[in-house]
Amino acid sequence: MSVQPAMPKSWRMDTKPHKFCPGCGHGLVLKALGMAIDELGIQDRAVFGCDIGCSLLSWDFFNVDSIQTHHGRTTPVITGLKRANPNLIGIAYMGDGGGYAIGSQHLVNAAARNERITAILVNNTQYGMTGGQMAPTTLPGQKTETTPYGRDPEKTGYPVQGPEMVAAITREGSYVARGTIANLNQLKGYIKKALQNQIEGNGFSFVEVLSACPTNWRTNAEETWNMVEKEMPKFFKVGEIKVPGAGKEGQENG
Amino acid sequence: MADKPIEGEKRVFMTGNEVVAWAALAAKAEIMYGYPITPQNEIMHYWTRMAPKFGREFLQTEDELSAGFTTAGGVLAGRKAFTATAGPGNTLMQEPMSMAEAMRLPVVVVVQQRGGPSTATVIYSQQEVTMTTMGGNGEGLRVVYSTATHQELFDYTIKAFNTAWKYRFPTFVLGDGYQAKMRESLTIYDPEARGVTLLPAEAYLGKPGTPGVDRPPAQYRNTYNVEEELYEVLQGYFKDYEKMAPEIAEFDAFDTEDADLVVISHGVVSRAAKGAVKELRAAGYKVGYFRPITLRPLPVKELRALGGRTKQFLVAESANGQLARLLKEAAYGCPVEMLPMYKPGVGITTEEVVARVKEIAG
Ligand code: SF4
Repeated sequence: MSVQPAMPKSWRMDTKPHKFCPGCGHGLVLKALGMAIDELGIQDRAVFGCDIGCSLLSWDFFNVDSIQTHHGRTTPVITGLKRANPNLIGIAYMGDGGGYAIGSQHLVNAAARNERITAILVNNTQYGMTGGQMAPTTLPGQKTETTPYGRDPEKTGYPVQGPEMVAAITREGSYVARGTIANLNQLKGYIKKALQNQIEGNGFSFVEVLSACPTNWRTNAEETWNMVEKEMPKFFKVGEIKVPGAGKEGQENG
Repeated sequence: MADKPIEGEKRVFMTGNEVVAWAALAAKAEIMYGYPITPQNEIMHYWTRMAPKFGREFLQTEDELSAGFTTAGGVLAGRKAFTATAGPGNTLMQEPMSMAEAMRLPVVVVVQQRGGPSTATVIYSQQEVTMTTMGGNGEGLRVVYSTATHQELFDYTIKAFNTAWKYRFPTFVLGDGYQAKMRESLTIYDPEARGVTLLPAEAYLGKPGTPGVDRPPAQYRNTYNVEEELYEVLQGYFKDYEKMAPEIAEFDAFDTEDADLVVISHGVVSRAAKGAVKELRAAGYKVGYFRPITLRPLPVKELRALGGRTKQFLVAESANGQLARLLKEAAYGCPVEMLPMYKPGVGITTEEVVARVKEIAG
């Protein structure tokens, strides 16, 4: 049995315990982010922007200046902030609905313009806050409130490949990876690199995270981890997809 | 790098869009975010030509949602930031402006109205009054200046930044396609040389020190857990707005004291109304002229006084009663009769106003 690890220094203690459901993946993602902020020593110049959806619950999560925006609009708010004060480290935190549906034009264009910001997108295959509707990331056959008989790819398409899309439209200098809450150390490493990439001014940085929503999945602990570790990776390949200076794209690690 | 965009004063002859770009420079705006839509494009065109010479920035965004939200981001970072839009772009702009209202962000937006609904015309209208004054899901917690001349476009664009940063409500300069594209003489000037103090911007996020160590973290939200929490916040905002309203409400009026009929108009239409009232007075008609410069907040006290002693208001506007609706609310209960002269999406001439008043007078 391992000892419960200390909370990241950049976490705001007086807002803990946090507001997410028990077993939610958001807390783990934000832990990895907190550790990355600590290790890089950027608590004084990081600005955390959160979207609407369950991500909105993180607006007072850190001892970091934070802004809660609108559904899908965190990328432009952080873009505008970073353009106005390049010394700040802009973090745009969103869900799959915010990033891939209602705010997809912002993600695509920020990536294409190579905005020097870091976007972190939590993929839990559905809309959590609104009660579990189909998202662009919903798996084929997965039951949601708007696909009660299971997602039919003939009618609603296949899960969107977000990081692959971002990698395809960015040039050398951007960092793109897909991590998972099932491997926190690796995830922290990806987020740290994504922030480092912004600090160095290389380009757009994007990390998608495979996460869990036991509430809307209606899963117990075992089923939840089965979904995260076995089902989701069938469609979403975990690893680094684009690394600046790597010379070639498609580098992976486990 | 040049120091001041305008030294002293200069008499110029230029389009309204060019005037706005000069005014934003003179007001020490630091960054513009924008998306192309006619008839405001040349604001960006002039800004992008001049801004680098004075160390100012520009970002062309993917749409007006992004233009509005990036402008909010610029303000949060503590910069004087603005954007410009029109028509369907103004529709999209309402979403970011509702966030600006919720968080009291001093965003400045220049709107050059075009025809509506939908794509309509790229030319002219006064059909964005309702949307600009009351748009978004909210309570219209914003300031709207309606300009009539190029000189005013210059003066009020500068003033908009000061109002926004003083009171922390999003502030609009409401022009139109005629003002945007037409050339006119005006004096551009360095506001500070005229004794106008330009209020400094202030960062919301990223101030010095480590949050939680040297200072509390700056954290802004627009979501509330319960109805009462939102209610409390809004009560504070309404109080601030009501206190501000009489301090900033502006109007222009003449010959109203003994008038039986007062022509009320705003923006570029007020030029026709002004000419008409002068002509009618010379011909012996007891008419007056009133023009709200701030459409939000309206000069309510003056309007109610006027509505209490005047028999008739003739409301002339290039919309189907959008100004009239605001006036009716402000003058509710006053005995004045309100007569329409609505030409949605079409200009109004002096001759037309004169003819209409004579028709009413019988
Ligand atoms: S609904 Fe799902 S995503 Fe939202 S807090 Fe609960 S578990 Fe997390």
